[in-house]
Amino acid sequence: MTAAIELERIDKSFGSVHAVRGVSLSIEKGAITGIIGENGAGKSTLMSILYGLYHADAGAIRVDGKPVRMEGPHDAIAQGIGMVHQHFMLIDSFTVLENVVLGAEGGALLARGTAAARAELERLSRDYGLTVDPDALVSELSVGEQQRVEILKVLFRGARILILDEPSAVLTPQETDRLFRILATLKERGVTIVLITHKLREIMAATDCVYVMRQGQMVAERATAETHPEELAELMVGRKVRLQLDKTPPQAGEVRLGAEHLGLVDRRGVRLLDDINLELRAGEIVGIAGVSGNGQTELLQVLSGIRPPSSGTLTVCGRTVDAGHPGDPAEMRDLGLAHVPEDRLRQGMVAAFRASETSILGYHEQPQFSRNFLLRLQAVGAYCARLMERFDVRPRVPGLRSSSFSGGNQQKLVLAREMAQEPKVLLVGQPTRGVDIGAIEFIHRELVKSRDAGCAVLVVSVELDEILSLADRILVMFAGRIVGEVAGGADERTLGLMMAGAKAA
Amino acid sequence: MDVVFLIAAATLRVATPLILCAMGGLLSERSGIIDVGLEGKMLMAAFFSAAVAAVTHSAWWGVAAGIAAAEAMALLHGLACITYRGNQVVSGVALNILASGLTIVWGNAWFQRGGQTPALEGQGERLMPLFFPRAGDSILVYAALLSVPVTWWVITRTRFGLRLRAVGEMPLAVDTAGISVPWLRYRAVLLCGLLAGLAGSYIAIAQNAGFTRDMTAGQGFIALAAVIFGKWRPFPALGACLMFGLLDAVAIRLQGVRVAGIEVPVQLIQALPYLLTVFLLAGFIGRAVAPRAIGLPYEKEH
Amino acid sequence: MRSRRPLPAWAEIVLLPLVNIALAFITVGIIVRIIGVDPLRALELLVVGAFGSPESIGYTLYYATNFIFTGLAVSVAFHGGLFNIGGEGQAYIGGLGCGLAVLALDRYLPIWLMIPVGIAAAALFGAAWAAVPAWLQAWRGSHIVITTIMFNFVAAALMVYLMVNVLIAPGSMTPQSRNFEPSAFMPAMGGNALNLSLVLALVCCVGVWGFLWHTPWGYALRTMGHNPEAAVYAGTDLRRMTMLGMCLSGALAGMVGVNELLGVHHRIVLDFPAGYGFAGIAVSLMGRNHPFGIVLAALLFGALQQGGAELSFDIPTINREMVVVIQGLVILFSGALVNLPRPWLQALLALRRS
Repeated sequence: MTAAIELERIDKSFGSVHAVRGVSLSIEKGAITGIIGENGAGKSTLMSILYGLYHADAGAIRVDGKPVRMEGPHDAIAQGIGMVHQHFMLIDSFTVLENVVLGAEGGALLARGTAAARAELERLSRDYGLTVDPDALVSELSVGEQQRVEILKVLFRGARILILDEPSAVLTPQETDRLFRILATLKERGVTIVLITHKLREIMAATDCVYVMRQGQMVAERATAETHPEELAELMVGRKVRLQLDKTPPQAGEVRLGAEHLGLVDRRGVRLLDDINLELRAGEIVGIAGVSGNGQTELLQVLSGIRPPSSGTLTVCGRTVDAGHPGDPAEMRDLGLAHVPEDRLRQGMVAAFRASETSILGYHEQPQFSRNFLLRLQAVGAYCARLMERFDVRPRVPGLRSSSFSGGNQQKLVLAREMAQEPKVLLVGQPTRGVDIGAIEFIHRELVKSRDAGCAVLVVSVELDEILSLADRILVMFAGRIVGEVAGGADERTLGLMMAGAKAA
Repeated sequence: MDVVFLIAAATLRVATPLILCAMGGLLSERSGIIDVGLEGKMLMAAFFSAAVAAVTHSAWWGVAAGIAAAEAMALLHGLACITYRGNQVVSGVALNILASGLTIVWGNAWFQRGGQTPALEGQGERLMPLFFPRAGDSILVYAALLSVPVTWWVITRTRFGLRLRAVGEMPLAVDTAGISVPWLRYRAVLLCGLLAGLAGSYIAIAQNAGFTRDMTAGQGFIALAAVIFGKWRPFPALGACLMFGLLDAVAIRLQGVRVAGIEVPVQLIQALPYLLTVFLLAGFIGRAVAPRAIGLPYEKEH
Repeated sequence: MRSRRPLPAWAEIVLLPLVNIALAFITVGIIVRIIGVDPLRALELLVVGAFGSPESIGYTLYYATNFIFTGLAVSVAFHGGLFNIGGEGQAYIGGLGCGLAVLALDRYLPIWLMIPVGIAAAALFGAAWAAVPAWLQAWRGSHIVITTIMFNFVAAALMVYLMVNVLIAPGSMTPQSRNFEPSAFMPAMGGNALNLSLVLALVCCVGVWGFLWHTPWGYALRTMGHNPEAAVYAGTDLRRMTMLGMCLSGALAGMVGVNELLGVHHRIVLDFPAGYGFAGIAVSLMGRNHPFGIVLAALLFGALQQGGAELSFDIPTINREMVVVIQGLVILFSGALVNLPRPWLQALLALRRS
């Protein structure tokens, strides 16, 4: 059987980053092929090359046996390839119909083309179970519905090959199940599907065969029925995976942070946080587990003072915050709270600043850094050097632009900054996102050290392994609520079910 | 009744260049390119149309030249903003200043009248009123009025309009749909140049009889204010232009008139378009939401 | 556009701006040639006109003083991520404030009190004129570019009204106030327009440099300019910082009023901002938003202004507006087309390395 797509020795570098190293693979027609790998393994880059968003430095692409050149997405679309991106390419202020026809309007005047499109949309909805109201504004749709619009866009253009990039990253578990049912229907109708994901569960449940990528290379190909999760995980990471830290049992002390019936409602009335109750004690690590997008980001924002709660109260080291008496990040810092944000580049640092300037972000008004209205630049430089030494940030150059450091070193710098304040409460969001393995272990050990020194640590992470190895207590968030609390040694299945909203404990 | 007619006519006369410019600015901004340079485009068009009309004794050649001049400016603006991803506001400001100087420099070099062009004589060299001699309704006035429904139709009923609106909201979505973002934006910018060129030509060879230095006198900015005031939609922008035109038309008449015992200063009326726009932007009279991707250069991830 | 990697630091800060200016001048040369004048002769006359005599140097520096003020104004706002196009209006109202203080107090105060009060008034009024758009941006989300442009026009209308109806000197045919008393005369340096405002400008340069890079507020302002989310994370109140940045900016622009009214005209007149506000954008861009670069860029613009005036005397075909054209082209190449030479420079540097 001819492969629907063959990629031969594809190579791509971005500057000094060798993202894809001589990868070859072949995608069988009418099957669901999975490509699995960790963050940064090169899977998305590879598919972007196939879709014409990037140009490969070397290698060949064949569709149905014929060599093709992908100059841009229009070439891919012409070949019947459609891509559903992780970040939706939808225009909020347009209707579903307008979004679908954009680029395939069927004529210079819209009227005729949109009427035909409407009919076609209706047919596609019926055939594949992708029900959406064509006249609804995208801004009013749920995330799952928006994804269905993305799939409809692709099918509307006659795609017979569908690439889905981390489709379940933003879906609730029910929506994910619904998605996979849709994929199964598509497969029945002969559509070839490529699924990019880092979730073993999905590979095992939905794919016929799977390719494993690691650090830009294709390391293995398996038929899904002939493999099992442990083997795939090992191939993905390259060694036996069991991140177990040596941890002494926690010595929990006084309550440093308490939230009671905390709620957050946004401008549109959407309930982002719903009746959150939690307690954080000195000397323990509490982990917040959950699929990204279930309120963890908002929880961190409220706890750190960036956003005031709509209802309920938050007490931090004696100070009570509520909707009527909002706190602010500066005040929280004064009370002894430190915060390592989820997105270090967007929140935790300024890329254009030197490392020394980044090392005092949020603390720049402290007497050790500024006196008599002037910044003490020399003291700041020395302080940064000390931080770099203690946290092994490389290169040890305080004057270097922050953007020049690797992801892991940037994260270590941010962590160093927050932990050096010897805070009473430490909030950490996605501590090892985009961080290499060596730095991950270092960061984990530092967090445990901080806990042992009496700090109250809250870790929010979408990586369940990380939560399991770090946390003394685990709280699971789903749809803005805390749906369960378990002790640190809980098993993945229970947690997975809670994260899926299927079980409350 | 006579007074009403005269005021209506004056309103239209003043509003015509505003309407044309506003439609042009609207198209540009809906595609995501801020256009502070409407003033400069109009000025160049005014100069070249008057200069060429004087030399060729033909108003139509004048209009063609005016459009060409404005298009040249628009092309520069497009080059700076789209291809070279420069700062769009700076580009507009630069082109305004450039136009202000170039028109005088060339005007002086060619006609030695300190920047003015020779006065244009009647039929042939100027665009004359069509139906109402006292109203000054040259063909461009009707073109301006027509441009509004045409712009509306293009934006809402054509493929180009859909893509234009899309690229002003989320160029990435347009790009991944396989449509060229730069080409879309260039077309928007060139359309803007066409309309601004008509506006400038009107000022020099229909509304007046020749070019005088800095004759656009801020009308490009009032047109910009009208676009914002009209929330980037053609018909509301038309309303804003007419309102601003009316203000200008009655400004002189209101001089000396007392309102609640206070004499209304003419400068206040002159400042009203700007003040009203500020009030609108402050949210005191409704909200104005710009196209989401406006002002942001688009970079392909290559 | 292939490479988006920045050039090495020296190329970014020095080479690229020079290339941009060179392109602007080459374009001017072409325009001059079209008019029928020899570009090189014009350039020679320009340089001599700007620096050829103590008198011309004096004028060059006097013009440069204004450019320093408006350049600093734009740069301070820019460091906070704010685009202050309202320099014209802020300079105008700053001058108004200065003039009002003088008209009220020049008969009662000695010079060493009057001048500082005048300077303070200029700063205060300039800051106030910038504060309104700043407040609108910070608290109501109104785009500051649009509001500041609108405010320029409002300022012009306001000044015309005041000058014609309120402040006009009795018996005067032109809209200008009565002459100031000598206690409000900024001491001159050399015989002509150049006055101590230049020293004030240089002091402001040092002040801005110190503020931006050596104070915690400057640090917070720059954080906001680079990355507002990080600024919020760091505990900065974005709205207050916006007000601070814009008010400082407006105060600096208002200093133009000091140079013009206290230093040269010695009365309140119309139109003294004369394009300095807009040119300040070019000065700031060319100077890479750094006070040192701004001084250099201001010198260039001052020389252009003075040299251009002389040029238009010597060659009648070229009139004063040529200076405006040059300004426009410099803004165009340094601000809008700034990335134009990049690929060529990168190729050039790559050749050198290999």
